[in-house]
Amino acid sequence: MMMSFFDQFASPTYLGIPLIAIAIALPWVLYPTPSSRWVNNRLTTIQGWFINRFTNQLMLPLNMGGHKWALLLASLMIFLITINMLGLLPYTFTPTTQLSFNMGFAVPLWLATVIIGMRNQPTVALGHLLPEGTPILLIPVLIIIETISLFIRPLALGVRLTANLTAGHLLIQLIATAVFVLLPMMPTVAILTATVLFLLTLLEIAVAMIQAYVFVLLLSLYLQENV
Amino acid sequence: MADKPVALAQKRLMDIKLGQLPSWLGTRDFTPNGLLGSVRGGYERYFNKYINVKKGGIGGVAMFLAGYVALSYLWEYDHIKHDRWRKYH
Repeated sequence: MMMSFFDQFASPTYLGIPLIAIAIALPWVLYPTPSSRWVNNRLTTIQGWFINRFTNQLMLPLNMGGHKWALLLASLMIFLITINMLGLLPYTFTPTTQLSFNMGFAVPLWLATVIIGMRNQPTVALGHLLPEGTPILLIPVLIIIETISLFIRPLALGVRLTANLTAGHLLIQLIATAVFVLLPMMPTVAILTATVLFLLTLLEIAVAMIQAYVFVLLLSLYLQENV
Repeated sequence: MADKPVALAQKRLMDIKLGQLPSWLGTRDFTPNGLLGSVRGGYERYFNKYINVKKGGIGGVAMFLAGYVALSYLWEYDHIKHDRWRKYH
């Protein structure tokens, strides 16, 4: 069987259980419920501090109506960041490399923001389709363009996350293969490539966190416009 | 020295004799609720031993993640065993 570089994105099934099921259920185990103690264990304290700070930052630009989304957005962020980071471990499976998974998050949440806007303040929501100060002749064109840009948002959200994660994993696999192949032939070049691999891994760790954050931030932005 | 007469069901796995293993398995609860309870019990034991301590370090989480890596390898083995560096040898 040919070794394809895309094999790492297929979820294997063993004993009838696909690995993606374990990969999705795992983040829940890593975050223990805080107890009613005044001082918790270190893990719970760190997690609580991070979640509190993040939710505070995220809710700053939103009005009171948007604060209802705090739980959803915070848990989404924690989920995505954990899944992305766990995917960097060897042999693990990253569910966020699957487009269907990311679209499953992007489309319903984006649609919710649009429907909320249309129901509560339809004039304001439709007014977003026409930026202030546009020349009169450009108005029809701009409305069409803004509508297209509105409908492209869920696609962009899903594909952004998928493409970033998939590209990162592919690059890591490619460069690691290059290092292995070069090692017996040209050790110096192999060491240089290994340095590139190390830097790439650092980048991937950053990308894993940033992409999750961008996803949630954009959603909160769309919410801000509509709520 | 003779053991005190304790019921088989209350003994832990590491304390029973090898010959008693089948009958000990017969006393365990394999219903879905029972399995769930044993999973939760295992989680609580691990959590309280390695994470819910005053000065827990990275070891608790690291052991768990190492186990996850091992589990993922097990899941992918059937696929990975076909990997070759050259197409024809």
